[in-house]
Amino acid sequence: MKKWIPIILMFAMALWFFSKLQTPPDKDFAFSQFARLPVTANGRIVPMDSLARNSLLEIREKQTLNTEPWKSWNEKPKIISATEWIANVMMNPAVADTWPVFRIDNPDLVSLLKLSEKGEHSDGKHFSWNQIQPSLETFDKENKRVQTVEAANRTAFENAVAKMQQRLARYVQLKNTLQPADAQDWPAQLAAFEKLIPFGVAAAQAQQAGKPFDQQTFTEFAAFIQSFQFMSNFDPPLILPPDGSVNWRRMGEALLDAPRGVPVDGAIRDYAKMVGALAADQPADFNAALKDYQLLLEKDQPKAVAKARAESFFNQMEPFYNAMVIYVLAGLLAVFSWFNLSETLRRSSVWLIGLAFVIHTVGLVYRMVLEGRPPVTNLYSSAIFIGWGACLLGLILEKFYKNGIGAVVSSGIGFITLIIAHHLALEGDTMEMMRAVLDTNFWLATHVVAVTVGYASTFVAGFLALIYILRGFFTKTLDEATGKGLARMIYGIVCFATLFSFVGTVLGGIWADQSWGRFWGWDPKENGALIIVLWNALILHLRWGGIIRERGLVVCAIGGNIVTAWSWFGVNMLGIGLHSYGFTEAAFKWLVLFVVSQLAFIGLGMLPLKWWKSFGARKSNLASSG
Amino acid sequence: MNKIVKFFVSLKLTVTLLAFAIVLVFVGTIAQADEGLYVAQSHYFRQWLVVGAHLFGHKVPLILPGGYLIGTLLLVNLVVAHIYRFQLTTKKIGIQLAHAGVILLLVGQLATDLLARELQMHFVEGETRKYSESAGQYELIIISGDEVTAIPERILAAGDQLKIDSLPFTISVKSVWKNSDVNFRAPMLQNAPPLTTNGVALNFDFKNAIEVKSMDERNIPTMVVEFSTPAGSLGTWVVSDWIGDAALVEAVRNTYAPMGLEMAQKIAAQLIVPQTIEVNGKKFTFTLRPARVYHPYSLTLLKATHTVYPGTDIPKDFRSRVLIDNPQTGEKREVEISMNHPLRYGGYTYYQYQMTAGEAVVKAGQAQSSVLQVVRNPSWLTPYIGCAMVGVGLIIQFLYHLIGFVSKRKAK
Repeated sequence: MKKWIPIILMFAMALWFFSKLQTPPDKDFAFSQFARLPVTANGRIVPMDSLARNSLLEIREKQTLNTEPWKSWNEKPKIISATEWIANVMMNPAVADTWPVFRIDNPDLVSLLKLSEKGEHSDGKHFSWNQIQPSLETFDKENKRVQTVEAANRTAFENAVAKMQQRLARYVQLKNTLQPADAQDWPAQLAAFEKLIPFGVAAAQAQQAGKPFDQQTFTEFAAFIQSFQFMSNFDPPLILPPDGSVNWRRMGEALLDAPRGVPVDGAIRDYAKMVGALAADQPADFNAALKDYQLLLEKDQPKAVAKARAESFFNQMEPFYNAMVIYVLAGLLAVFSWFNLSETLRRSSVWLIGLAFVIHTVGLVYRMVLEGRPPVTNLYSSAIFIGWGACLLGLILEKFYKNGIGAVVSSGIGFITLIIAHHLALEGDTMEMMRAVLDTNFWLATHVVAVTVGYASTFVAGFLALIYILRGFFTKTLDEATGKGLARMIYGIVCFATLFSFVGTVLGGIWADQSWGRFWGWDPKENGALIIVLWNALILHLRWGGIIRERGLVVCAIGGNIVTAWSWFGVNMLGIGLHSYGFTEAAFKWLVLFVVSQLAFIGLGMLPLKWWKSFGARKSNLASSG
Repeated sequence: MNKIVKFFVSLKLTVTLLAFAIVLVFVGTIAQADEGLYVAQSHYFRQWLVVGAHLFGHKVPLILPGGYLIGTLLLVNLVVAHIYRFQLTTKKIGIQLAHAGVILLLVGQLATDLLARELQMHFVEGETRKYSESAGQYELIIISGDEVTAIPERILAAGDQLKIDSLPFTISVKSVWKNSDVNFRAPMLQNAPPLTTNGVALNFDFKNAIEVKSMDERNIPTMVVEFSTPAGSLGTWVVSDWIGDAALVEAVRNTYAPMGLEMAQKIAAQLIVPQTIEVNGKKFTFTLRPARVYHPYSLTLLKATHTVYPGTDIPKDFRSRVLIDNPQTGEKREVEISMNHPLRYGGYTYYQYQMTAGEAVVKAGQAQSSVLQVVRNPSWLTPYIGCAMVGVGLIIQFLYHLIGFVSKRKAK
């Protein structure tokens, strides 16, 4: 029986994962179908679902919308999907404007906007457009001042204002994606506009030629043109498929083209029908118009439809989040296995890690296929890949040593990196397009992958060193064989890390030489990578010279965690150089915390052995046996 | 083994140097936030001894070996150790190869540092260039007929007096500004007297400006000089890169564009009116401009293209279509230079660097232009070979250990 427990456990978790792949059925409006419609946003074709999730992440820092945030979870607040939210923002703002979607954490900003504090219908943190709208003038004044302050010198309040400005802008942009934000009855207005076009054009031409014209027609027509120009000014997503040419179109621009002789086409009409049906709460009409539009797209844009479907399935799968949950479970089992030395626990952990690793891999490969890129393209995907590489290394170690240590490394680093990725995803689209100089799969696949494997392996060595100190200092489980084994693992991994970080760093230099003729420019990111190489080389030479032994190696390996974290995140915070991505303050706080914790471990590692529980235990064993 | 050799072979020296290198690179990186990338490079890395540092907005008193010192010692250490410890055994071959690769990399970087030259080529669509310009070095040019005398800016310091054999006058340098601003002197609005009473200074005010730090900005030097013959002074004149550099003249024109294009054009034209002195019936015109390197061929910018991703302003691609015309070889062909795809020609490599092109530029009525980074680096191949050697060396060593480890495990 014991033999089967690990496998049964794994299948149970696998079932849990598969059950989450199913989209819950739509109640009335077919939002799950709407979610799969392709649009062009952020320079690429995405499903409506991605646009919705990324926008909601930006505005509310979550991928779903709780419309009653003042209720505690056991009062069952109403939670709606990102797609249902965005559909209403674009097509039914009268309702969307009442939802508390804007997250505001800064209390000064809350009071500036004269918003209610925590109370019966407010949690003091989430507010609706309608609540904010009356204070917009005050906000604009403050925002104008803040925009003149350099980003690096802003106070917390000023940062909150700048962020709020972006959130409001995104919201208004979405409201102007499908119809003018202030449209009352869009299908009727569109029909009126179409009818007016010939007369309007004639009136405008007559007015310009200085001939008599119908003033009322002219005014009405000009009002339409103005409102469509207003729509385009926000640079909203390109929602309409190309008509003939290769480019997707903005609604506002397509409507402005109509008087120039480009006919209002099926896509515009279908969207207008959806707008009318959603506002009038007619699910059947909405679903029919949606179906028409889908048929139209499948005929004209089969590739875009397939791409959007694939990405929307990926969003639904949430492979990294689910893998993270399984890593936590597996890690706990592995740590317990150290204490009671249960082989069943250890094997269960390994099987679960195997499952999580498979899901992690599927996610990684799926992303690569969606993007048509090597695995690492930005900070977010570097976290995913470091976790993946570390997990693989841990599994290999576990296969050789079978002592639960590799399992803890796999699940531990897997969990931590995926948590980091989860938070990095809050920044917005994680599959953004690559800027000109980065638009090269060859260097992304060689330099970036090699450097990232270097990061991953340096972290693995550092993590092993942490295990050594934690078990040695606080428990009696670090016997001589385990200690030696750990040191040997660390040594091997450091060798591996040296190889990859060196090759990766030099390849980066060669890339730089290829793109601007300078092999080495002492750019912060380059220097960060160089420090990792130097640090690993230092450890190896110290070990070869016999200057450090087992414990020295362990302490130095923890230093590897610091230099790697510095290179991965620290240098981005300097805000200089060609490689900077910009940073979040929260990340800085965590980095400092991490470095301090690692320094504390180094301090712990250097304390005399007599204070270490394991070494005390070894001595007494010796005494009793001798 | 004598003591000196022993010192240079020792692993302790290696370890000490590596540790210092880590500290230096770290300090040199942090300091970039305060000092700028370019200054930090020469302060920490291209330096024998580092004294004092700027960190987090504070001056920190410290003394560190600089990049040159660490690099040189490391190189000696490696080479000596290589000679003394060299063994041709399977156990050591990987390590030997890896270290030989590191030696090659260090030597290559030293050579690059000494021999490499970075230049730029700016051109507007349709323009032809026979030369590249330095991005940081300037020269005072004195032209008389076909004779051109170029005096490098770095040998001109305030207070200097220069007598050049080919020139019938001496040059006294009154002041040197590493970086400067220029403004049109609007008539009637000026209270301050002009900087000098000759030439361009009558119409323009030149002011000293703070030296720039970042890599993408550059200093624009201005000098005040006096020419004199034994017979007397030929007057005090302003020479400036603002006048000698076509791209900057264009920039001045764009600044005044809000006053109307015609007005802006007039102002720009006044800026470049040649300044001339006459000695013994011979005319000399002079200006300060970026140092030039002439090529035996010319490049013509046919088309500058800047594309963005649909519906965004994220740049997707920069490319310049260029015509090479080389009368020596009879070549006359078109090539495309784009990001990550440089042109290697005539011992130089041409990289796509900056670009002013695309829809926005056309809409604003500006000319589409492109800047190529032009690099001559005879040792450009060393990192490629060095990297391959270290990579292969480490892989051999790694596999050697791994196979040993796995077979030992299996034997258990």
